[in-house]
Amino acid sequence: MPFPAGDTLLILPELFLTAAASFVLLWATFVSRERERGLAFFSVGALALTGLLMFVSAGASGTLPRSAFGGMFVMDRFGLYFKAILLLAVIVTILFSLHFVGSSPYPGGEYYGLLLFSTVGMLFMASGTHLASIVVALELMALSQYVLAGYFKRETKSLEAAAKYFVLGAFSSGVLIYGISLVYGAAGTLSLAGIAAALALPAPPAFLVVGIILVACGMFFKIASAPFHVWAPDVYEGAPTPISAFFAVGPKIAAYAIFARIFFVGFGPRAGDWSAIVAASAALTMVVGNVGALMQSNVKRLLGYSSIGHAGYALLGFLAYRDASGIGLWSILVYLLAYAFMNLGAFGLVILLESKGYAGESVDDFNGLAGKNPWLAAAMLVFLLSLAGIPPTAGFVGKYFLFSAAMKAGWFWLALLAVLMSAVSLFYYFRIARAMYLVEGEGSLHWRDEPAATAAIALCAAGTLAMGILPGPFVQFARTCLLPFGP
Amino acid sequence: MNGLLSLLIFLPVVGTLVVLFVPRGKPSVIRWVTTLFAGAEFLLSLPLWTFAGFRRSGDFFFRETHDWIPSLGAKYSLGVDGIAALLILLTTLLSFISVYSSFSAITKREKEYYAFLLLLETGMVGVFCALDFFLFYVFWEVMLVPMYFLIGIWGGPRKLYAAIKFFLYTLAGSVVMLLAIIALYFFNTSGFLWWKGLGNPATFDIVHFQAIASSIPPDLQLWLFWAFFLGFAIKVPMFPFHTWLPDAHVEAPTAGSVILAGVLLKMGTYGFIRFSLPLCPDALASNARFLGLTTVGWVAVLSIVGIVYGSMVAMVQKDMKKLVAYSSVAHLGFVMLGLFALNNAGIQGGILQSINHGLSTGGLFLLVGIVYERTHTRMIVDYGGLSGVMPVYAMLFMVVLLASIGLPLLNGFVGEFTILTGVFLADWRWAAWASLGVILGAAYMLWLYQRVFFGELTHEKNKGLEDVNLREILTLAPLIVMCFWIGLYPKPFFEMTAKSAEKIVVAVSAPEARRLARETAPRLASRAPAGPPAAVAAVAGVK
Repeated sequence: MPFPAGDTLLILPELFLTAAASFVLLWATFVSRERERGLAFFSVGALALTGLLMFVSAGASGTLPRSAFGGMFVMDRFGLYFKAILLLAVIVTILFSLHFVGSSPYPGGEYYGLLLFSTVGMLFMASGTHLASIVVALELMALSQYVLAGYFKRETKSLEAAAKYFVLGAFSSGVLIYGISLVYGAAGTLSLAGIAAALALPAPPAFLVVGIILVACGMFFKIASAPFHVWAPDVYEGAPTPISAFFAVGPKIAAYAIFARIFFVGFGPRAGDWSAIVAASAALTMVVGNVGALMQSNVKRLLGYSSIGHAGYALLGFLAYRDASGIGLWSILVYLLAYAFMNLGAFGLVILLESKGYAGESVDDFNGLAGKNPWLAAAMLVFLLSLAGIPPTAGFVGKYFLFSAAMKAGWFWLALLAVLMSAVSLFYYFRIARAMYLVEGEGSLHWRDEPAATAAIALCAAGTLAMGILPGPFVQFARTCLLPFGP
Repeated sequence: MNGLLSLLIFLPVVGTLVVLFVPRGKPSVIRWVTTLFAGAEFLLSLPLWTFAGFRRSGDFFFRETHDWIPSLGAKYSLGVDGIAALLILLTTLLSFISVYSSFSAITKREKEYYAFLLLLETGMVGVFCALDFFLFYVFWEVMLVPMYFLIGIWGGPRKLYAAIKFFLYTLAGSVVMLLAIIALYFFNTSGFLWWKGLGNPATFDIVHFQAIASSIPPDLQLWLFWAFFLGFAIKVPMFPFHTWLPDAHVEAPTAGSVILAGVLLKMGTYGFIRFSLPLCPDALASNARFLGLTTVGWVAVLSIVGIVYGSMVAMVQKDMKKLVAYSSVAHLGFVMLGLFALNNAGIQGGILQSINHGLSTGGLFLLVGIVYERTHTRMIVDYGGLSGVMPVYAMLFMVVLLASIGLPLLNGFVGEFTILTGVFLADWRWAAWASLGVILGAAYMLWLYQRVFFGELTHEKNKGLEDVNLREILTLAPLIVMCFWIGLYPKPFFEMTAKSAEKIVVAVSAPEARRLARETAPRLASRAPAGPPAAVAAVAGVK
C-alpha cells in the first residue's frame, strides 16, 4: 500500500534516531574503551537533535493532529508532550551513566545503542494509534530493555533482574496480544478509532470484556501496578542503577501514553467495563507500593516500591475519563512530568553517591550526608519532599490534580486512600532525609565529581521546584497538549 | 501599606538565604544576622497593631492578589483581619524571642538551625496571611519541614521518634483537609458526586467560600466540617489526637517548643475560626446526633475531656517540660470550648486565650530551658529549694506560672473568664466542667512550683547555679510585659478581634436566623398581609 511522501516526513525524527542508534553500534566497534565517552555525547546530541526535528516536523506538517500510514501513527500534541518527557529522561539517563559505564568492565557501545533503540520504541509508542504499531513499538522498547537489565552480565543480581524482566515481560506481552486478538475479534479492526466506533455499537460480544481486561493486565504489567508489580523491585535492585532510573521513568511513561490512548480513545465507549478494574488496581497498587516500601532498607528497592505506589496514584486519572474538562487525562500528563523530574533526580543521587564500589544502596549509607555535601543533601531533600507530595514541589502539584480527578469522578474512597497512603509514604521517604540530616556519624559515602551527572541532578531539582512553585505554565501547557487528542 | 504582608512572608526567606551564605565557621555572625532579620520582621509587623481598620470592621485588609495558577483559579492572595493580625504579631514576637534565646542553647550546626528557624517563620506568617485555600495549604505544609528538622536535629534523646511522629500526625490530618478543600472547590464550580455545583468560576478564594457558605448543603457541610476537624484538631491538638504533642514538646529544643506551643498550635485554632465555623454553620446548627451528641456537643465534650484529662496527666508528670506540654492540651481545650460556645464572648475569649497561651506557655518553656541549660535535667526531683539560689529566676517563673494559671491582673484570667462567660451562655454544664479545669490547673502548676523552688536545697550540685543573666531576662521581659498588659488592660486586644468575631457569630447563627425567619414570616404574613420584611430582617440579621 503506497503512502504519501508527507507521511515519511512525520516520522523523520524517529528515523533519524534509528539511524543514530545504528551508527552508535557500528562506531562502538572502532572506539577504544577510553574514548567511549564520545559515544555518550554523540547519543545525547542525537537525542537533542531528535527533539528539535520533532518540533520542526510538527511545525512543518501544519494543523495537528496528522495521521499517517493508514492510521498507524499520529503526530499530535499529546504524543509530542510524551516524547519531550521521554527524550529528556533518556538524556538525563545518559548523563548519569557516563561514569558508570566508563568504569564498568563492559563495553559502552551496546549500552548507548540499546538505550537509543529503546527510545525509538518509546517514541513510536507515544504516537501509536493502531494496536499493531503499538505492539511492535512496545516490543522494540522492551527487548532493548531486557538486555540493558542484564548489562552487568557477570553479576548474578543483574542477570537475575534480566531473566525476571524477560520472562515476566514476555508473558505479559503474550497476555496483551491475546487480549488484542479478542478485541480484534469483537471490533474487526486494530485501529483505535475503528475500535472506538465498533465498541460504541450496542451489544458487543461478551468476550470483548475479557479482551479489554487482558489488555488492561498487559498495561498494568508495563506500568508495574499491582497485582502485576512483583518484578519491579527486583529488577530495579539488580539492574545497573542508571538503568533502574531509566526503567522507573522512561518505559513507564511510554506505557502510560499507550495506556491512555488505548483506553481513552479505543476503549472509551466501554469505560464502564474497565473503570472498576482500574480502580481496584489503583487501590491495591497504592497500598502494596507504599506499605512494601516501609520495610525496605535498600534505597533502590525503596525507590522501586515507591514507583509502584506512584503508578497507583497515576491510575486515578483514568477514572475521570468521563469528565468534560479532561481533568483525567491532563492530570496524568502533569503528574508524569513531575514524576520524571523527581524520580530521575532521586535515582541520580543514588548513582552519584558511591560507597564500597557499589552505588549508595543502603539507607544507612546516607548518614550524615548533609554535613559532608549540603548541596546534594538539599537536592535529595527536594526530591523526597516531592515524592511524598509536600508542597511547594512538583510532586504535590501532580498529586493534587490526580486526587482532584478521583474526587471529581466520584471515587471518594479512593481519593481518601490515596491521601492517606501519601502520608504513609512520607515515613519511608523521610528515612532517607533522617539519615542525611538527623543521624550523626559518618556514613560510608563518598561522592564523585561528575559535572554531567551533577548538572542533570540540578536540572531535575530545578524542574521539581519550578513546577511546584509556579505550576501555572506547566499545567496550562499540559492542557493544551490534550486537544485535539485522538487518532 | 500595600505589599506589607508579602514583605513579612518573604523577608525571612531572604534571611535564610543570607544565613546560608555566611561561612560555617562564624556562628556569631550567623546568630546576629538571624536576630537582625527576626527583629526587622517584628518591627515590620507592628503596623498591623497600629492599623485602625481592624477596630472598625471585620474585613480583610492589606489585600494583595496576583494570578498564580490561572488554569486552576488559585491566586496568590493575601489579607488579614484583626484575628490574623494579632496572631502574626504573636508569631513575629515569639520568633524573635526564640532566635535570641537560642544563642547559648544551640552549639552545633548553627547555620542550618537559624536557616530553618527563619524558614519556619515564613511558613507560619504565610498561613495567617493566606486568603486562598491553595496557598494556605502550601504554607500549612511547608511549615512542617523546618519544624521536623528543628526537633530532629537539635532535639533530646528521643528526637528521631518525636520528629517523625509530629510530621506524620500533622500530615495525616492535613491531607484529609486537602480533600475537603478539593470538595469545596468542585462544589463551587461544577459539583461532584450527588452534590450539584454552583457553577461559579473556579476559585480558591476563602472570602468567596465564606460568602457562599449558606448555599452549601448541610450534609456536605457536615462532611467538610469533620474533614477540616481532623486537620485542625490534630494541630490544636484536641484529645484524642494529642499524643504527638508531649513527645514533640519534650524532645524539641527550647526555641522549637516555644514556637510549637506559641504559634503552631494556634494554627489549629485559627483554622477552626477561619474555616470550620464560617464555612459549616449548618453542620454546627444541625440537631443530628451521633451517639447522643450533636456536632458541637462532640467538639465540646472532646474539649472538656482535653481540659480535665490534660490537667490530670500534667499533675503526675516527673518532667517539667512534659508537664507544661500536657498543660497545653488543657489550655487549648479551653480555647476550643470557647470557640464552640459560638457566641461573641466565647469566640473572643478563645482568640485572646490563644494569644495568652502563646505568651505564658512560651515563657514557661523558655524558663525550663534556662535551667536545663545549666543542669541538663528537667526532672522535678532534681530540683528543690531553687528560690534561694536563683531568686530572680524564681520570681520570673512565678509571674509566668501565675499568668498560666489565670490569676487576676494577669492575662490568663482575662482569657479564661471571657471564655467561661461565653461557655456558660451556651451550656452551663460545660462551664462547670471547665471550671474544674481551672482548679486543676492551679493545682498542678503550684505543686510544680512548690517542688522546684521551695523547701531545702536538696541537691548539692544545684548550689552553684547561676541566676538568670541579662540576655535571659531580656528574652523573658517582653512576654512578662505582655502578660501584665493583657491582664490589666485587655481592651485594645479585644477591639482588634471584636469585629471579626462578630462576623463569625453572624455567620454561625445564619441557619438559626433563617429558621427564625421561616417560622416568623407566615405568622407575620397572617397578621398583616403586606407584612413588613424589615421585621423579619431585624430578627434574621442580628443573631
